Amino acid sequence: MSQAELPGDIRDAIGRVHYRQQSDFSVESGYVQTLCAAVQNGNPLYWDGATADDVTGGPTAPLSMLSVWLRPHFWAPGRSASVKPLQLHFDLKERLGYPTAIVTGNELVFHEPVRLGDRLSAGQVLKSVSGLKQTKLGVGRFWVIEMQYRNQREELVGTDTYTCLGYRREPA
Amino acid sequence: MNGNAHAQRLWSAALAGQAMAALRIEVSATTVVLGALATRDYAPMHHDHAYATHTSGTRDIFLNTPHQAALFERYLSDWSGPRGRLGRMRFSMKDSVCPGDTLQIAGHIEQAQRDAQGCGWLQVVLEMSVAGKLMTQCHARLALPLDAADNPWQRRGDDWQP
Repeated sequence: MSQAELPGDIRDAIGRVHYRQQSDFSVESGYVQTLCAAVQNGNPLYWDGATADDVTGGPTAPLSMLSVWLRPHFWAPGRSASVKPLQLHFDLKERLGYPTAIVTGNELVFHEPVRLGDRLSAGQVLKSVSGLKQTKLGVGRFWVIEMQYRNQREELVGTDTYTCLGYRREPA
Repeated sequence: MNGNAHAQRLWSAALAGQAMAALRIEVSATTVVLGALATRDYAPMHHDHAYATHTSGTRDIFLNTPHQAALFERYLSDWSGPRGRLGRMRFSMKDSVCPGDTLQIAGHIEQAQRDAQGCGWLQVVLEMSVAGKLMTQCHARLALPLDAADNPWQRRGDDWQP
């Protein structure tokens, strides 16, 4: 196989759902307000229960937090293997032999609001892998992964699509 | 823009070409790490200077993706008020925002239209820049109430077309 050719197992992985995950915990206000504090988001939907009741029919999470709810704990008792969020991204980085890989683009689509107490699940779909590209960071490949998030009622709450670049830096 | 005023804007008052006031944020290492941890992102390029510079090849640790999404969401809700409801955000990161940068977010309305369900939408373009250099561009689709009685958050099922 030439370096430019995409391995067959990677070609076969395109279009399939990988790593169906269930959130480790329910959506809760502590994380909501921690993120709001980090970006100084004073939207009363996330700080004032009466406004949340009036506008959204009860407290919700900021829409952009979709990925937060499926990220695994950094450590958990009894867990031996390292679990990474967007594991498929790291699998591709390793399988394609890139020392580093970053996210270069993101598209979020928001459907049903995520409510406090919801328990989300998601699957990772590999949408595409590019040919070799020359970028300013080095030579590598772009790949696109779509996360599709559902609540415990199986309602679609959003999709989160990442465009990623795996690359090898070129000698200075 | 001082942010967080949260007066409610109506779709009928929004015009294509209308500019939104800029928001400026001084980015420190704390800013970067705070956002990474708040979004539960433990990847080393968002908290480990040596990894970021030696392995990632970036100037320093840098803002992660969901942190940037949260900044854009905050910017839009500061402008729209709480009944503004985001349908979609698409952004591309062209360079990294690092400690020591003064980040600016500015935006304008590209288009205003109602969909077949009667929802009032704005197509908005946002730019995150540092010292005049575009770092991340975001295209957002934002629903605003048509009038004082309307509330996009009440739309469900087929009535919500993000």
